[in-house]
Amino acid sequence: MKPYKAVVIGSSAGGLNALKVLFGGLDEHFSLPVIIVQHISPNAENYLIHILNEFSKLKVKEADEKEMPGTGMAYLAPPNYHLLIEPDCTFTLTIGERVNYARPSIDVLFETAAEAYKDQLIGIILTGANSDGSKGLKKIRDFGGLTLVQDPETAEVDSMPRAAIQADAADRILSLEEIAVLLNGISSGGVD
Amino acid sequence: MNKNQNDTLENQDIEIRLLVEAIYQKYGYDFRNYSQAHVKRRILNRFNLSGMKNIAEMIHEALTNTKFVDLILMDLSITVTEMFRDPVFYRELREEIMPLLRNYPFIKIWHAGCSSGEEVYSMAILLKEEGLYERAQIYATDFNPVIIKQAKDGVYPLNRMKEFTLNYMKAGGKNSLSDYYTIHYDSARLLDVLKKNIVFATHNLVTDGVFAEVNLVVCRNVLIYFNRQLQDKVIKLFVDSLPGGGILCLGSKESLQFSSHYSEFNPLLPQEKIYIRKVTL
Ligand SMILES: C[S@@+](CC[C@H](N)C(=O)[O-])C[C@H]1O[C@@H](n2cnc3c(N)ncnc32)[C@H](O)[C@@H]1O
Repeated sequence: MKPYKAVVIGSSAGGLNALKVLFGGLDEHFSLPVIIVQHISPNAENYLIHILNEFSKLKVKEADEKEMPGTGMAYLAPPNYHLLIEPDCTFTLTIGERVNYARPSIDVLFETAAEAYKDQLIGIILTGANSDGSKGLKKIRDFGGLTLVQDPETAEVDSMPRAAIQADAADRILSLEEIAVLLNGISSGGVD
Repeated sequence: MNKNQNDTLENQDIEIRLLVEAIYQKYGYDFRNYSQAHVKRRILNRFNLSGMKNIAEMIHEALTNTKFVDLILMDLSITVTEMFRDPVFYRELREEIMPLLRNYPFIKIWHAGCSSGEEVYSMAILLKEEGLYERAQIYATDFNPVIIKQAKDGVYPLNRMKEFTLNYMKAGGKNSLSDYYTIHYDSARLLDVLKKNIVFATHNLVTDGVFAEVNLVVCRNVLIYFNRQLQDKVIKLFVDSLPGGGILCLGSKESLQFSSHYSEFNPLLPQEKIYIRKVTL
């Protein structure tokens, strides 16, 4: 089994509820850092962090520039900034143009994370109303990482997962509960 | 990942480093210590638009065609900006910092990395409304000559004014933003009375020295593109530009906390990334 080093998650419309379920299902000792882009309005106060912290055994915080992701932690891209992963796996924040009409963009996180973590990365696309993240997820898959897509039938909004499946980016298509079980298994060294 | 992919990735990274090196050696623009992931994305973006065969071809083009270098310079600049971006910052500036500046007979301000100038005119408006403009001197610099020209012109697309007006109001603006510009077709032209005390100039934070001794340095959303080592070097430049009691404002996602020059400052409004230079004896 590959020793995975991080999990990246992209979600958009309906993402808050999906993330609640997913985070609620993760074990207390979940060992991989989780890095999230949730599409959010540029002026949003970071209420998401507060809500997720209530549902999560991981500590959820906003990603700081140059920060190194660590165990037991989940990081959210701040509103209005792209979140990139450097070759040394630290965070970079930028305010470049929107990508897929989004800032933060899921593709930007996934593509840079794929290069940094190579095949030791797990990428997940959840509910959403656009196609951001498909390209990035495909890149993670091409580099040998593990890619999961929320089953469109179970997604609040199904376009984003459908786009990812269409792009041939999905290793597995699962419900939120199944994703949590799989991640717990990987974290505790069980199933791949 | 298979060996082939690993090779491709490695070669691409080497070629990008060589391109960056070539631009530095030939033109003096030094991107060697910028965020690698950022530089790579921007260069690959240009590569995809260029129709060239590989990055090596871009190197040759960059060495022989200054127009192409201008494009790359623009790509790497990221000039996205707004008037009164982060309104809370401007509100704090008005309520907490202006009273401090009021004590000086003459106020010098340096906007480093000012992009197309929206931030500078926001400051000018603030100073006007606080009755401090007439004794202020603003230096506004950026390393990109094209963008500095735009800043000097102070002409912005009219359709951006709605967003800027909203920011201005949230920032505690005392008038109407439209008092400060005239409309020409679909653009808004900032008034000359705002420009009177502003000097626009090119200055490269990486390769140039101290610009002037000032009371306030505003450098927002520039350091995030630099690696730690380069951030430190630029902070040193600000240390050397600010006397004791001088004020440094960074962008909302930037922090002094990890700089080796942190001890030269006290956090004044750390939430808004506003720091004050310690008085040294
Ligand atoms: C994202 S903009 C920030 C504009 C404005 N300060 C704001 O916060 O809205 C970054 C600016 O930094 C400038 N810049 C990048 N590297 C620089 C350097 N080495 N020296 C001076 N300016 C630089 C770019 O040209 C760009 O205009």
